[in-house]
Amino acid sequence: MKLSIYRYDPDKDERPCMQDYVIELEHADRMLLDALVKAKVQDDSLSFRRSCREGVCGSDAMNINGKNGLACVTKIADLPDHVTLRPLPGLPVIRDLIVDMTQFFKQYHSIKPYVINNDPPPERERLQSPAEREELNGLYECILCACCSTACPSFWWNPDKFVGPAGLLQAYRFIADSRDQATSERLDDLEDPYRLFRCHSIMNCVDACPKGLNPTKAIGKIKEIMVRRIV
Amino acid sequence: MSLALPVRRFDAIVVGAGGSGMRAALELARANLKVAVLTKVFPTRSHTVAAQGGIAAPLANSTEDNWHWHMYDTVKGSDYLGDQDAIEYMCRRANEVVVELEHMGMPFDRLENGKIYQRPFGGHTQDYGSAKMAMRSCAAADRTGHAMLHTLYQQNVRANTQFFVEWMALDLIRDPQDGAVIGVTALEMETGNVSILQAKATLFATGGSGRIFAASTNAFINTGDGLGMAARAGIPLEDMEFFQFHPTGIQGAGILITEGVRGEGGYLLNKDGERFMERYAPNAKDLASRDVVSRAMTTEIKEGRGCGPDADHLLLKLDHLGPEVINQRLPGIREIAIKFANADPVREAIPVVPTAHYQMGGIPTKYTGQVVVPEGANSESIVPGFYAVGECACVSVHGANRLGTNSLLDLLVFGKASGEQVIKDIRLLPSPQRNLPRDAGELSRSRLARLDANAEGERVADVGNDLRRAMQAHCGIFRFPEDLVKGIDKVKEIASRAQRTCLKDKSKVFNTARVEAFELDNLVEAAMATIVSAEARRESRGAQSRSDFPERDDKHWMKHTLWYKEGNRLAYKPVHLKPMSVETFEPKVRTY
Repeated sequence: MKLSIYRYDPDKDERPCMQDYVIELEHADRMLLDALVKAKVQDDSLSFRRSCREGVCGSDAMNINGKNGLACVTKIADLPDHVTLRPLPGLPVIRDLIVDMTQFFKQYHSIKPYVINNDPPPERERLQSPAEREELNGLYECILCACCSTACPSFWWNPDKFVGPAGLLQAYRFIADSRDQATSERLDDLEDPYRLFRCHSIMNCVDACPKGLNPTKAIGKIKEIMVRRIV
Repeated sequence: MSLALPVRRFDAIVVGAGGSGMRAALELARANLKVAVLTKVFPTRSHTVAAQGGIAAPLANSTEDNWHWHMYDTVKGSDYLGDQDAIEYMCRRANEVVVELEHMGMPFDRLENGKIYQRPFGGHTQDYGSAKMAMRSCAAADRTGHAMLHTLYQQNVRANTQFFVEWMALDLIRDPQDGAVIGVTALEMETGNVSILQAKATLFATGGSGRIFAASTNAFINTGDGLGMAARAGIPLEDMEFFQFHPTGIQGAGILITEGVRGEGGYLLNKDGERFMERYAPNAKDLASRDVVSRAMTTEIKEGRGCGPDADHLLLKLDHLGPEVINQRLPGIREIAIKFANADPVREAIPVVPTAHYQMGGIPTKYTGQVVVPEGANSESIVPGFYAVGECACVSVHGANRLGTNSLLDLLVFGKASGEQVIKDIRLLPSPQRNLPRDAGELSRSRLARLDANAEGERVADVGNDLRRAMQAHCGIFRFPEDLVKGIDKVKEIASRAQRTCLKDKSKVFNTARVEAFELDNLVEAAMATIVSAEARRESRGAQSRSDFPERDDKHWMKHTLWYKEGNRLAYKPVHLKPMSVETFEPKVRTY
């Protein structure tokens, strides 16, 4: 298998370049991350993030043959023999496949990603019916890998003003939570030409999400509630 | 010399942002202390994220339950090596911390009446070990750790906790006067700069060392960093011989398949299609303790009843639960099994083998998180300024074998308790910080200088792989005396090779090769502690099973091991058999 990998070390490189690695695959190498780890044994200066190697921590998001995904759950068998790896698009590159995610997390933090409930906490759990809990499915599973937001042209253009699909998915996760009391405050915050309405439903996010989540649908629901609130 | 390194000062430093670190940080941030949370990875990437099946609390939402029963199960699960005061403390606070977590927004699954959904789990019973299982594991589908870690991060965002993301702590700094811990040195990965972070309280929540084994459910980052730092600073490590092998890791890939599968009604089969756990644990069957199930599986494979062309695994069957239960309660497992085992559990069984999973031992602490070491006649003298919680700590609530779902509980209870203790301790301290010793930071600087200077030597990856292979071969589920002795020699040789590695990457910017070299130093300490402690303990108890001493020996071995890096020295200290308020659970023969 041949990997062509984007290389850039600001400590020594004037500009980025692509570097090729030929990997001898063994039977145990199932996922792209296995091949990347092998490339790093060849060349310890190759830099990328990784941790859980099972698709739950969100560390190893990258652009794989033009599409964003997690290296640890991308099967080698599903890839051609020659794979091109680049950092997630639209975010500043720190080094090689490692990007600066500050802007991405800033947007996540901006939606107040926590349940707001100002009633005095009861002695036991707050009750929630299975149907109410069901509303959180497809939302809470987000791993903050940024595959979606960095596949979104609106986020590329306005990463400082547009919340982006990941942040909006979470905004809806808290709106949808029966225990949260801050829906109108949350809607006020999003009712803005940029924060929510830069989404033009081109659905790159849905295509990119390695967890099979649907930010476009969540964004649609936020818009729906907003409309209902006006009429 | 220390003046060369920049110094930043805080009231408290938390090292690690998994479940226990973030629970502690939350307590500290809410008290308006100046806190720095250092973490090698962005907080939601910590390994707590991979926990699946649930968190234990006797809420009694589905079956009758109380903390006494939970305590009994935990003591028995620990094979009577757990400290009964700490176990009582944990079980009594379980409902409180789990309810709090729900109030924070944790998306627990729900029962029809709106209460938290609870499922059965291995070793959790009703009425002091009766044949009736307790439904005690509070679950968010099979993503409980992910849901909990994100919830705790969200609360820390709300509390304005100051995170130092992608900072790796390198070494402890102690005051030579009284041994107090006064901070750490740390590497900022993005810039390659090393600084001293000084604090009145240093709290380790650095997680386990599961990467000392070749076949492990653990993330790449689980390299025992806190253990390595503590060991290099002269702090002993407790009960490191007890390493849990989880019965169900996906064969070949090592990825965890939750015990919750068996909690929901799945079971294990050998090549004859026999539900073999009935022979090993007639009552609890597939829901016996993990050490019991893992040994049974290994025995099945050894005696030729493994599945597949190489007879090297067993099958975890759950298709009989039906797609509805699988999709609602075990969706993550389905996703993982399809991806990593090419098996859709709705239709076919998952190939599994016991896989290294959890380190019961760690930095010795009290239930307050305060680190305690022997000093003179006192076997538990408090190290001022030093705290440890979670998998890196040994409280000891898990003793020789941890029950499933007790680890997430451990994180919350002791994360919170240690936060409370730090707040109390800091209020009693004078406001100026201590003077840093003249050589503060020297150890880290010399380690860094070696890596920068070495022009030739072995690759870090090769040494690390040899270490993992040696531990797997010499210190596995069943332990043999000659293997252990040989294994110690191997690990010693690997330890000296680790000092002669060479990095090609000399860059300052995000140098992951350098991080991996520092991690290797920590892995070596954890592995050495594990195998040396295992060789010395001449009995079988919980996760330690020796061919030459197949029985538990309470007369000689009802005691905690303490391993010191210096001279590979071992010491022992008594188990706390006396709980806080109830009668001691006396050791009995342990059957399920």
